[in-house]
Amino acid sequence: MFDSLAQRFTRLFAGLGRSKLTPANIEDGVREVRTALLEADVGLDVVRGFVERVKEKAVGLTRLDGVAPADQFVKVVHDELVALLGGEETRIRWNDRGPTVFMMVGLQGTGKTTTCGKLALHLRRKEGKKPLLVAADVKRPAAIEQLKVIGRQVDVPVYAEEGGRPEKICARGVAKAIETGRDVVILDTAGRLHIDAELMDELEDVKGKTNPHEIWLVVDAQVGQDAVASAREFDRRLAVTGVVLSKTDGDARAGAALSIREVTGKPIRYVGTGEKLEQIEPFVPKRVAGRILGMGDVVGLVEKAQEVVDEASARETAEKMFRDAWTLDDFRLQLRQVREMSSKLGGLGGMLKHMPGMADLPEEVTGRMDDGQLVRWEAAIESMTPKERTDPVVLDGQRRARVARGSGTSVASVNELLKAFKLMRKQVKELKSKGILGRLAGRRMDKQKLKQIEDLKRRGIDLRNWFPES
Amino acid sequence: MGLFDKLKRGLAKTREVLAGGLRRALFLGRALDESLLADLERALLAGDVGPRTTTALIDEVRAAWKAKRLQRSEDVEPFLRERITERLRSGGNALVRAASGPTVILVCGVNGSGKTTSIGKLTKFLKRDGARVVLGAADTFRAAAVEQLTIWSERNGVEIVKQAQGADPAAVAFDAVTAGKARGADYVVIDTAGRLHTQTNLMQELEKIRRVVKKAVPDAPHETLLVIDATNGQNAIRQAEQFHKAVTVTGIFVTKLDGTAKGGALVAVRDTIGVPVKFVGTGEQIDDIEVFDPAAFAAALFD
Repeated sequence: MFDSLAQRFTRLFAGLGRSKLTPANIEDGVREVRTALLEADVGLDVVRGFVERVKEKAVGLTRLDGVAPADQFVKVVHDELVALLGGEETRIRWNDRGPTVFMMVGLQGTGKTTTCGKLALHLRRKEGKKPLLVAADVKRPAAIEQLKVIGRQVDVPVYAEEGGRPEKICARGVAKAIETGRDVVILDTAGRLHIDAELMDELEDVKGKTNPHEIWLVVDAQVGQDAVASAREFDRRLAVTGVVLSKTDGDARAGAALSIREVTGKPIRYVGTGEKLEQIEPFVPKRVAGRILGMGDVVGLVEKAQEVVDEASARETAEKMFRDAWTLDDFRLQLRQVREMSSKLGGLGGMLKHMPGMADLPEEVTGRMDDGQLVRWEAAIESMTPKERTDPVVLDGQRRARVARGSGTSVASVNELLKAFKLMRKQVKELKSKGILGRLAGRRMDKQKLKQIEDLKRRGIDLRNWFPES
Repeated sequence: MGLFDKLKRGLAKTREVLAGGLRRALFLGRALDESLLADLERALLAGDVGPRTTTALIDEVRAAWKAKRLQRSEDVEPFLRERITERLRSGGNALVRAASGPTVILVCGVNGSGKTTSIGKLTKFLKRDGARVVLGAADTFRAAAVEQLTIWSERNGVEIVKQAQGADPAAVAFDAVTAGKARGADYVVIDTAGRLHTQTNLMQELEKIRRVVKKAVPDAPHETLLVIDATNGQNAIRQAEQFHKAVTVTGIFVTKLDGTAKGGALVAVRDTIGVPVKFVGTGEQIDDIEVFDPAAFAAALFD
């Protein structure tokens, strides 16, 4: 139901074409930014400051030839977001004279216990550490049992006691780590409300008894305006050193990430990206910026795609698509790239999830697009003559039957392929006329624009950084 | 902690209370103008009502003001509260009961929203009238979820139907409903695994649970409660839409309203899927459950 900021801007500036930004349309743009940020759950006060800064920068913009005002505006917003979300040293403060102690805190239900398990696995695998998990949540029924199960799953020992004071359990946990030669201790504390004075005192006691090197606040990506109040309080009481953003595999815009960053000044260290225990990733500001703006998490896709597709051929394809010179041969190449990419990204379904708007596609649609079909289509194209590939109109019933026989597929499959090809061509044309292809398949690649891109590059501006997906 | 810190903390609390009172006092002496509307808008946005619904509400106030139905500044907040209460009240907030046999309540929601705890409280609530309750542990995914529900069943002294972690949740749900029927239970409450509404396969699993439950009792589930965390922001709307689409939600159980979060997204949820809020969870104790009170909820948005 939420339009992405890019969509809003496209609509807003549609009548503007390539003319200049005026104070009036900057005002309109600023209003859209405000709404988009609020819909993304960015804190009210943070929105206000942010919007003011964007406005200042937009007013000072000089017009760039051939660049639509909407694009310029989105760039300002995007850059500002990235600047706010990142830009600080985020290395873990390892303790070289004993175990490094991580204390994990947060509201109930944010995913602390799962995050502890993920972190333990990550540090064991990626950093070669020997972690010990400590069950300090004596409050929630079966929380200790949950951590024990997770410990077994990630092959990390768990220190637990039956009942008792959390600070004492934690202190004994650290002692146990020293005794058994573990070099990382992860304390799983009970979830609590920031206004629960007694429980916040308890956390201070745990901190006092264990001197953690890192105190990380686990924040649910779905959290709303209250994120500011709770983060501020946790930070005030404990001097938090970092944030872990959990449940980013949903469709929440995670605007809280921005609020917390702005309010506490503490870096976001990791993001939880799924229910599986290996699904934790270092935080990348650009990705969350794109997410807040509703642009989908395409950076990940682009990064992975770059391993498969070299930029030149991608650019060539995009160019051809625009010149209507796009043939079945090009389609075949694309199919192969998609197939290679999809095997890297866990199948077509997994790949589509990364694309803007695609996360909403029902499974009936994505489920039908299996890798086998791509193989059949490739085979069918390979059975065609060069003439048929460049001009598929000549493919009558007789020719289709021959192609089906030659490729070991069926006429139905060949028909499906041709239909898909036709549909894609049509869509490209429509996208082109709407001018939003720039966001899907790279910038418009007409000669004039290409020249401008090169000009900009010489001036140190790389258009590909403007949007996470371009 | 030193005396100074304690004092400082106490003062902070006082400051908050003062600020709230001060704001109310300011309303009294103010003119009814756009700046007053802007302040109300801020209150709604800060309470997670969201930009869309907030704009709609403020537009209603503005229209009433221009039509001279609203003239005094001190009437504005009550007017707005009434508009919100009305939105939340329609459709009734009472629990649906089966005509005969056990009333089956399916409980679902995203991860960490507080499903299992809410079921513990709901069971106590249902037992108040001496009703017989059977719990079904159909969260077979999360580590120790079955153990957690078992502890709640012991605290409440009710039966629980369960299988090992990893079992088919639909089968557990079916067994629970069948057991409830056989033992003459008044309620069967089924716990399900937390799932993000974007996980198509898990949403299909939930649909399957619902279908299978119907095989045991054709008009079940009589209630499908969606648990929503009050600290959630605008994503609550998406959750409600998607769960409603998959399993036809009949009521909302809002949790964690005892913090400073206002849960204003529920107003937008009501606007979107039209399903009433039925229960409120306010703490970690077994008695921390209340029947939803729209007027009190609306008033709290402006506290």
